[in-house]
Amino acid sequence: MASTIVTFELGGREVEVMVRPMTTLQAVLRNQLGFTATKDGCRQGGCGSCTVLVDGEPMLSCLLPVEDVAGRRVTTLESITPAEGLHPVQRAFLDANALQCGYCTPGMVMVSTALLDHQPAPTGDDIRQALTGNICRCTGYRPIVTAVHDAAAAMRANAGEQAR
Amino acid sequence: MSADLNVVGQSVARSDGIGHVTGRTQFFGDRTFPGMLHLKMVRSPLHHARIRGVDLSKAERVSGFVRALTWKDVPHNLYTILGLIGVEPEEEYVLAEDRVRFRGEAIIAIVAETEAAAHEAVSKVRLDLEELPAVFDVEEALLPGAPIVTSWGNNTFMYEGHPCRRVRLGDVDAAFERADHIVEGVYNTSPIEQAPLETTGCIAVPEANGRFTVYTNTQALYFSLDNTAIILQVPGNRLHFVGGTVGGGFGGKVDVIVEPIATLAAMLTNRPVRFAYSRSEEMQVSSTRSAWRIYIKDGISRDGHILARKVTSYADSGAYSRQTPYALTKHAANAAGPYAIPNVSIDAYCVFTNRQPASAMRGFGVTMASFALEVQMDRIAERVGLDPWTIRFINAYHDGDIKPHRKLAEDATLIETMQAAAALVGRELPDDLRAMTSAPRGAGHDGGRD
Amino acid sequence: MARLRGTGIAAVNYPTGMNLGGDPSQALIHATTSGSFVVSLSATDLGQGLRTVIGQIAAETLGVEFGEIVIDTADTDTGPHDMGTFASRATHRVGNAVIAAALEARRALLDVASEELEAAVDDLEIDGHGNLMVKGAPSRSVRVADIAALAQFKYGRTISGRGSYMKAKSPVDPETGAMDPDSTEAHACTVAEVEVDTETGEVTVLSIKSAYEVGRQVNPALVAGQIAGGAWMGMSHALYETTAPYYPAPDHSPRDFSEYLMPGTLEMPEIESVVLEMPSSNGPYGVKGIGEMTANSPIPAIVNAIYHATGVRIDDLPVTPEKILRGLEARQPGPA
Repeated sequence: MASTIVTFELGGREVEVMVRPMTTLQAVLRNQLGFTATKDGCRQGGCGSCTVLVDGEPMLSCLLPVEDVAGRRVTTLESITPAEGLHPVQRAFLDANALQCGYCTPGMVMVSTALLDHQPAPTGDDIRQALTGNICRCTGYRPIVTAVHDAAAAMRANAGEQAR
Repeated sequence: MSADLNVVGQSVARSDGIGHVTGRTQFFGDRTFPGMLHLKMVRSPLHHARIRGVDLSKAERVSGFVRALTWKDVPHNLYTILGLIGVEPEEEYVLAEDRVRFRGEAIIAIVAETEAAAHEAVSKVRLDLEELPAVFDVEEALLPGAPIVTSWGNNTFMYEGHPCRRVRLGDVDAAFERADHIVEGVYNTSPIEQAPLETTGCIAVPEANGRFTVYTNTQALYFSLDNTAIILQVPGNRLHFVGGTVGGGFGGKVDVIVEPIATLAAMLTNRPVRFAYSRSEEMQVSSTRSAWRIYIKDGISRDGHILARKVTSYADSGAYSRQTPYALTKHAANAAGPYAIPNVSIDAYCVFTNRQPASAMRGFGVTMASFALEVQMDRIAERVGLDPWTIRFINAYHDGDIKPHRKLAEDATLIETMQAAAALVGRELPDDLRAMTSAPRGAGHDGGRD
Repeated sequence: MARLRGTGIAAVNYPTGMNLGGDPSQALIHATTSGSFVVSLSATDLGQGLRTVIGQIAAETLGVEFGEIVIDTADTDTGPHDMGTFASRATHRVGNAVIAAALEARRALLDVASEELEAAVDDLEIDGHGNLMVKGAPSRSVRVADIAALAQFKYGRTISGRGSYMKAKSPVDPETGAMDPDSTEAHACTVAEVEVDTETGEVTVLSIKSAYEVGRQVNPALVAGQIAGGAWMGMSHALYETTAPYYPAPDHSPRDFSEYLMPGTLEMPEIESVVLEMPSSNGPYGVKGIGEMTANSPIPAIVNAIYHATGVRIDDLPVTPEKILRGLEARQPGPA
């Protein structure tokens, strides 16, 4: 079957890729565009390590044909890392030791940033629910939940300061 | 002592933390090379079978197919990874020759331009297999008439002429005669997948100077290099292994299972070759923690001391040895537990069945022994009418006690650790338990044992 | 139908090192002209934070800041031999090798400083922050970085060190099993609290509280990470994980994460721990190691707690709701 061209927004810029049918967004990001922060733990939608945001919503890029993001806004971990310093979620993960091998971390960070964009003051239950699609084999999850909670508080404090 | 230290003892921020949270940490699979080929494996669908024939004709016609590797391409096909530490015999095949011994065993390596082409070519390989009887239970494999998995006529690893690793201290049978209680238990534990979030894999790259660089997530870099050199029959200095960043290991990345065949494929195609396990291969083919069946028979004195402990353990190594023969020795060194027991007998069997091979996993040889022993301790407590804390304190080993493998205990701190746990949960211990230490026993103290 | 609570304990040892020994690790250290120290290894970090811990050990021994250490691992063209990261051996073996290499490099540094400062080597110290000084005379202090540069350009010497650590390989007696299998023993004691739903057979782990004795914590936050992650993995082993749910039958082996069950964020118990340090005689700064053992005491503690709650003793893992319900049924058969 013939290849097609798919255009979408990635990290604020328009990208154009030529793909065979049913190429996943994960494969495009990692293999064609060289954006390898999005990980590749199972390709079965089971682990969440491939999570990216599509129009702000967490999606499993390993199950997403890239044609489905045509014209849409894709956000990866590379896109949320600021030019200077770290995103508050990234900083909170470091401070809470919410990572060990680092393989689940990109997916965890992406889900967390989406959660906090929608819910600036999530409860512990909200956080745990949001993360149910992401597997971690190393940490036992507690420090990750703590990190998201801490990031939420930090972001609210920042927003409060900026409002003054 | 801690006051003298500057940085040891401090919760310094991880040096790789920023890489992890930004996604800049580079795992092997984040690399790519121009012209990189993909290797996918044709695997046995049957548990035990004779290979009568293989037909590659349809696979070869798949667009993107580059080549197939068979056992004839492998310079030293019959090997064992522990050969490096003197374990014999060589009994596993990089690629199966005339027989497969577990469902998922590797038969043909297909190399293609894309993963999709490799998958398609794999699916078009025709295998002519004659199914053979298979055995799946760790004790059934030892019964007369059981299908034999190994090439040496029985289903156990031989330890210097014995079918099991043996530990003998004192005389358990005489002690059982003297005991006031006999407590027995049988403990069965399931095979466990290490399930690291990053699957096993490597990329082998031909270099300009005729060497090969292998980017790998192995837990043991030189171990993998040396085994690859043996299998490929090349001097070790032709190989350059790069790694050190692993997305979870837990023992699942010590089997040297992808590097030799990927490097061979790179040698035979003169192009980079990537071989990474899919998640279902990681689940169903890659080695697991073995299933264990552990029989414990204890002779207990009226006041709760363990006079004798007899342990018979069976570990299901699956179809091949991998690291399991080593594990049974480690198991035997720990299978009586951190307790002072004057009469101990341990028989630890490494048994072969037609299952997915078992190998290293976190706590190798010990985790499941600890499970069996600690449930057994509660059984003993209940039988003699003591609480679970007391039974462990009065049997805990001290520095200087002789362990079943005849090493004198040192760095024994079980007693202090239990005291700390009791304090943590607010459990009041009686004075005599609170006063105990792991210091060597004084003269004249026999603790009621003989 | 009820929710029954119970408490269980378990106490374990865990050995350090590849069984029987014979597992060397080597380290090479050299100073750069800017005063940082490159530690060349072939050890692998599995995520537990080995790079960080080894960096701390190197910094401590050299007397410099952690930030001055560069850990260069793993590349067989530049790193010396290492047996691998397994058997809870890495911090112990690699740490000891790094100490030996750092002591040699430190000595080379002090020799140059002794000439430059015209003081005896024994009168010199490094303060842990990269300042090298004559003892008791802090005004006579130079930066380690400056000594390293002087060594290279004025004296034409390297500031480097080599280290290797191995526990000699022990034989095993085939009849008695007499052997020297390990370098030292760490210990743990876990108290687990569970709640069992007698209608569904489901087990909720309420808390896993443990004491660990690990010789020395190089990095307490990383040790806490091992304890918490291991407690979760122990709970997972005890109640969920299996590749052969109907052993010995090979059927129904899981293919993916939807079939291979592990607890998630909604099943997190309370985790609490205390760590004792009773240094071993042969570990780096007394380290014993902790990497593998942290699932070991939680598993039987949970199983013992289930017995305490329900009177159902389960001797095979994983403990499933089906096994609990059958056990309850056996204790109190329902209506015929």
